[in-house]
Amino acid sequence: MLHLPILRWGEPYTSMDVDEVVHFATGEPMARVSRANGGLIQRDMRKAQRARDALRALPIDDLIARVGRAGELYMEGTLPMGDGTQTPQEFVRAQSASTGLPEQMCRANMKKNAFVLAEMRGILTSLTRGLAFDLLTSGHGEERGVPIGYQAQSPALGLVLPSNSPGVHVLWLPIVPLQVGLVLKPGPQEPWTPYRMAAAFFEAGIPREAISIYPGEADVGAAVLDSCPRSLIFGGTPTVERYRGNPRVQAHGPGFSKILLGDDRVDDWERYLDMMVESVFANSGRSCINCSGVWASRHTREIADALARRLADVQPLPPEHPDASLAAFTVPGAAAAISQAIDADLRAPGVTDVTATYRDGERLRPHGRAGYLLPTVVHCASPDAAVATKEYMFPFVTVVECPQERMIGAIGPTLVCSAITCHEPFRRQLLDAVHIDRLNLGPVPTTRLNWLQPHEGNIVEFLFRARAFQTAPLE
Amino acid sequence: MSVSATAADAHVRAAREALDAWVCEVVDWHFDPATGCPFWLERAKTLGWDPRREFRGFDDLRRFGSFEDEWLRGGPVQRWVPRGLAGRPVYVFETGGTTGVPKTRIACDDFRLDYELFSATLPDDAFPKGSNWLMLGPSGPRRLRLAVEHLAQYRGGICFCVDLDPRWVIKLIQKGWSEHLHAYKDHVIDQAITILQANHDIRCLFTTPKLLEALALRLESMRSSIRKAGITGIFSGGTEFTPQWNRFAHEELLDGAYMTPTYGNTLMGLAASAPTGPHNNYTIAYYAPQPRAVIEVVDFDDPGRVVEYGQTGRVRLTTLTKEFFMPGFLERDEGEREPPFERYPWDGVSGVRPYRGVAATTTVGVY
Repeated sequence: MLHLPILRWGEPYTSMDVDEVVHFATGEPMARVSRANGGLIQRDMRKAQRARDALRALPIDDLIARVGRAGELYMEGTLPMGDGTQTPQEFVRAQSASTGLPEQMCRANMKKNAFVLAEMRGILTSLTRGLAFDLLTSGHGEERGVPIGYQAQSPALGLVLPSNSPGVHVLWLPIVPLQVGLVLKPGPQEPWTPYRMAAAFFEAGIPREAISIYPGEADVGAAVLDSCPRSLIFGGTPTVERYRGNPRVQAHGPGFSKILLGDDRVDDWERYLDMMVESVFANSGRSCINCSGVWASRHTREIADALARRLADVQPLPPEHPDASLAAFTVPGAAAAISQAIDADLRAPGVTDVTATYRDGERLRPHGRAGYLLPTVVHCASPDAAVATKEYMFPFVTVVECPQERMIGAIGPTLVCSAITCHEPFRRQLLDAVHIDRLNLGPVPTTRLNWLQPHEGNIVEFLFRARAFQTAPLE
Repeated sequence: MSVSATAADAHVRAAREALDAWVCEVVDWHFDPATGCPFWLERAKTLGWDPRREFRGFDDLRRFGSFEDEWLRGGPVQRWVPRGLAGRPVYVFETGGTTGVPKTRIACDDFRLDYELFSATLPDDAFPKGSNWLMLGPSGPRRLRLAVEHLAQYRGGICFCVDLDPRWVIKLIQKGWSEHLHAYKDHVIDQAITILQANHDIRCLFTTPKLLEALALRLESMRSSIRKAGITGIFSGGTEFTPQWNRFAHEELLDGAYMTPTYGNTLMGLAASAPTGPHNNYTIAYYAPQPRAVIEVVDFDDPGRVVEYGQTGRVRLTTLTKEFFMPGFLERDEGEREPPFERYPWDGVSGVRPYRGVAATTTVGVY
């Protein structure tokens, strides 16, 4: 069985405490992973500046080329994985087996990661608003005749990564070419991507001392957040609330992404059904960018009915099946708990599970230790229903009847909003709404991201602070 | 059978005989109306049998069933004071109590005796007689501060103390006030550093794993170390004291200082550990100060059954002193049953960690 050691600035360290990565359905052990302890991280972080120094010794242009090569290796190479190796197909199989994600989705996530690595120059150019890269290295320079300064706020970025969504890894891929080290705490069920990406980086010539990986429990995540002046964490609403306003931590949680149909276009709703289905269903509804609410002032019952009919045939398939499109909930009991929570919400007046009419059997499909939830479309006759703004990590969507003039105020925080309207005052209000992060005006699926644009905050602005810098000659 | 094996068996048998005799003496004391405490004398009336007549040894304690920790919550505390100790100054020590009523245990001299016995297990080169100590950890209503201070005095030294309030630490964790948590930890470590730098010739340290880690990291950031600060011997304890943490401490924190893990609490006393290090893969096995206290590892579902050597089970503690009688207390820890060895010819426990039945709801390793 594979053993994955801790990586302490690139150096393997085998812990006496070991956790197993198990198959999501059978519980069969797949790999043993060394477990870090908090003190070990705190101690290592004293050397974090070495990571930045090693990366700054290489020009950003050079690092961009190397991570591009790493992307190719990640996609196609047989790479070290702990004390063994992994081909791309073995990687996909392992990731699917531990996370419950269908293999075709694992492949899609691989492509997304590789795309970001291949397009790194354009991504960094857009995220830096066209700054000369060497300005980030030296910390100062001149643009359009004005002296400017940028200061890295941390020699390394900490990441507390999730188990259930391999898609989030794209967010940390630009860090190394920005000459900032990586401190990764993998999700217990998804160590695969951090280790494979690190192996690809090393083979492509990224200095080993730039990357640490600390598998472990909650104390390890806490130590990463404590030790790194800048960190990203992924979690639920409580996690986001806990770190709100903390300048050291960028917390990523549920997206509550939505599609809004303006009064001027809602009568043509059928034209946008494909876009709605894709927004709800892509990646098994697991992402924060999946649509969890379709809002309109009329036709909502027909929209809900059409969505339910389109999604009613979806069934769990073996993860290796090319048509598998549903991901399992791997934590025992989680799927049942979510299904029960939805059933409780359905008892409210004006709330209907439209899919129940078309679904063959129950929403919950137990599978070994895990469980699947079949797509669920809930109609809400009013935005006041508690379920109207809920989000779950499977194809779940509410279709909410709401007057257009109440819509922006009622939708709540929204990561991606695709608004289908040509009504200028409404578009203006949407542009001004500060609780909407990514705004799409027009029928853009919420799941289709332009990676040249910032996602939940600009990572460059999170890592670098613009500051005044002046210099004068010394005699 | 080899001669040495025969000798070892004889040691084990002798220890068992001593335990059985001591159980009878302690039971006689606690159930004698002239010397027992009100709690056990009242309890005796409900038993329907007389432990003093029927007990022959340790195994007979099973007839009491499990000791309920609720019995220790609330008063009057005098119900635990044996009549045979009437008039003696009585201490009360607490355990738990972050929320609700803490468990209490009375003591007169037990804490001193326990730590005098423990003193005999400390190597003099690491814990030099006459040297001064720093007690860096929870004091307040716990017995730890008085016990460590007595240990220092018993060994001819003077003990400096820095307090940490674990109840407040647990609240900070539960509220998610990590900034306050760090500030409090820094406040505690600041005081420890001040004392260590004040020329008091402190050579010996009691602290918790978390505080030891914090102290070592602070000293390292000052280009110093535990050893360079003068510390030669440390004793520490807690369920987070895993073999991996033990190894990490030895390899990266201690800078050559000697450290011995301990296991215990207010209710039982202090269990010392067998020597640990690279030679045994940093495994930590604890042995109670028998016959004053006994550690057993029992079946999770059938606490009356001791598991086989090497098997995992729940820790059951029995305290057998004339100040306090606590038979069959199921601790909130689990571990593996360890066989006797030369220094401790009775059962021990290794791999101690929070009991799986309560682990998810318990905040451990906070200080």
